[in-house]
Amino acid sequence: MLALFLRDIRLSIRAGGGALTGVIFFLAVIATIPFGVGPDLNLLSRIGPAILWIGALLACLLGLDRLFQADREDGSLDLLVLANERHMLALTVFVKCLAHWAGSVLPLVVAAPLLGLFMNMDPSGIGATALTLLVGTPAITFIGAVGAAVAVALPRGGLLISVLVLPLTIPILIFGVSASYGASSVGQGTFTQPFLILAALTLFLAVIGSVAAALALRHGTD
Amino acid sequence: MRLIAENLGGERGGEPVFSGIGFTLDKGEALVVTGPNGVGKSTLLRVVAGLLPARPGRVLVEGGGEDFPTVASACHYLGHLNAMKTALSVAENLRFWRSFQGDSGQANSAGEGTPAPGVEDALKTVGLGGIGHLPFGYLSTGQKRRVSIAKLLISHRPVWLLDEPTAGLDKASEGRFAGLMRAHLESGGILIAATHLPLGLEGVKTLRMGEAD
Repeated sequence: MLALFLRDIRLSIRAGGGALTGVIFFLAVIATIPFGVGPDLNLLSRIGPAILWIGALLACLLGLDRLFQADREDGSLDLLVLANERHMLALTVFVKCLAHWAGSVLPLVVAAPLLGLFMNMDPSGIGATALTLLVGTPAITFIGAVGAAVAVALPRGGLLISVLVLPLTIPILIFGVSASYGASSVGQGTFTQPFLILAALTLFLAVIGSVAAALALRHGTD
Repeated sequence: MRLIAENLGGERGGEPVFSGIGFTLDKGEALVVTGPNGVGKSTLLRVVAGLLPARPGRVLVEGGGEDFPTVASACHYLGHLNAMKTALSVAENLRFWRSFQGDSGQANSAGEGTPAPGVEDALKTVGLGGIGHLPFGYLSTGQKRRVSIAKLLISHRPVWLLDEPTAGLDKASEGRFAGLMRAHLESGGILIAATHLPLGLEGVKTLRMGEAD
């Protein structure tokens, strides 16, 4: 399992991997917002956490279609499915999701504080948004894995996956943003409750998502 | 151990491709599946491996013990795709499969396992020693095929399911591969190969698909 994790991390870093695509997309979205909204610093700091979350969510969806498709195209997926007896397929999916998250989504979380400065956010708001992204984005990956497993046989499944997955990620977005607002000085509400719900969503989806994606892959081989 | 297929049928996209195929292979026996294109040779192998459901019929292994309770856990499936990443080096690819599929070798008569050959040794066996550092994508078609044949050696499985194993191989490699298959059979392995090229194996069972009905 460690070998699978390391292989997927290596692949995301090597040429053709998606590690930087997401970050560059995230940067492009956040950097253009202040130009569109205009130089109203108060407004920017007020919408900052929400924009960071929306940008991160869309950037997360960007590389999801390759999660299983790359393995299917070179035949590795057959062998991963056949190894079910030794490594339960749901666990294999879980490890692949973790590797995808560490390779493609973790850079977004690392870049978020810097991009928060673009949005004139205060330090506590930046810290809270980065923390909620760290806790919440794995949930997006696990939901996305189900979409990626369902659409694994479709040659241009990327858009379909985004459409399938986006409605399901709305709760994560809502609780992530409300926790970020709870901690920042511009918002109202509390940080702890929505943050705990966000953590619960991630833990819940880590199990449900892996099992559902494994089922879809098991029955999607042809 | 023994591999049994009873009254197998297979379908692709809801269309039945073949039906009523049955065979029994004891250890040391091989089955060569031949037939024209599109008759369902690859589908048969995927049904046997368990990647596609058998409709109707069933496939089972007897005497596999705790290590190999099902065909899926007992088999190496060599499809027409190589299951290697072009961005990784040959050795990285093989090391991954070795640690993912387990590096236990064949158990001897006393039941003690010895480790399967290492990545370098397996590459030397298929005549590709010293290229482990190259990215897999740089290799030629035949070399890629030989690397995935090396994948059969680095972890022990009693059943080999081979789909067009010699496609793209030159004469010398074909001979070398025939030797590997013979060694596998002599050590008590089971082998099913779908091919229309002669494999250089004597005394094997053949299954001609598409002629009986």
